Amino acid sequence: MRNKVIFLLLFYTAAVFQLQACDSDADINYKRNYVNGKGLYEKYCQNCHGADGTGLARLYPPLTDTTYLIENKALLPCIIKNGQNKEIIVHRETYDGEMPGNGNLADIEIAQIIVYITNSFGNNQGSYAAAQVTSALKDCD
Amino acid sequence: MKNLYLIAVISCVFQACSNGPDQKLPILGDREPVERTVDGKTVVDTVYHTIPPFSYLNQDSVVVTEKDFDNKIYIADFFFTSCNTICPMMHRNMLEVYNRFKDEPRVKILSHTIDIKYDLPSRLKTYADKLGVESDRWVFVHGSRDSIFEVSAKNYLVAAYEDNTDPQGLVHQGWFILVDTKKQLRGAYDGTKEGQVNQMMADMEKLLDEEILNEK
Repeated sequence: MRNKVIFLLLFYTAAVFQLQACDSDADINYKRNYVNGKGLYEKYCQNCHGADGTGLARLYPPLTDTTYLIENKALLPCIIKNGQNKEIIVHRETYDGEMPGNGNLADIEIAQIIVYITNSFGNNQGSYAAAQVTSALKDCD
Repeated sequence: MKNLYLIAVISCVFQACSNGPDQKLPILGDREPVERTVDGKTVVDTVYHTIPPFSYLNQDSVVVTEKDFDNKIYIADFFFTSCNTICPMMHRNMLEVYNRFKDEPRVKILSHTIDIKYDLPSRLKTYADKLGVESDRWVFVHGSRDSIFEVSAKNYLVAAYEDNTDPQGLVHQGWFILVDTKKQLRGAYDGTKEGQVNQMMADMEKLLDEEILNEK
């Protein structure tokens, strides 16, 4: 009887560990992209947009406008890679400064930055694949 | 023996005081001894580094000189409006300083652009507006190309220069320099680091107290 209880306990523990370890490949991929994206964000974006994504006054737009990010999701790769030099409205505020491009970034890096931004600062929009970046970049202005 | 302990304890307390919050801020920069004669005796005075007279155009195209900073303590820094490396961090922190001392008429901020070609007063005006700076407590100034790099290095001990190898062509340090009412340098803080800027704000309070005592 005692052995049976011990066996059941061990079996149960093992099963729980097994389940917890079973993050899907997609989950692992997402987490990897998010972490790498954070590092890239700190290097390329944070000076202007801030550690908390709130930008700086009316000079640099915040990245907290979820609606803007969703509506322009297909444009984000173009903005990050080529910069932006037109008037935009974020949180009902107009921004007309010039954002420099980051032509040196690889598609996968751009995807990782997008994953970080669109899942931080109050955003929660899931994954963004490098393939999406590649196809979006074909349609930049 | 007991007295000895007491003396030891008291002297410790005094030493602690001399390093405590009452200590004045240091005076930075070169200094030289100058001898002069008072009542037939030779006395040695120390002459400290001070900011020489200057003249710039501010964001409203109005001439700004050192006289606008008489009886004020001020922070000086060097930047340019299109800089996307350290300047946004510096001015994110400076905005905190500006807002904190907004109602203190004895405090001013003087930001020099080092991009003489593009940062004309009109552009500085747009920058100031977007940053939300409305009063003349924070002035953004435009000087001449020849002088600005010399002003930064010689007057404020901040390195700034043109560099063709830099993507933006201009390189500068992010120091915030604290200047007292005698135009002496009293502190240098890394404007990109929140902790150092907080220290600067504490030192500014301390300096204001010191200036009040000097007036009495």
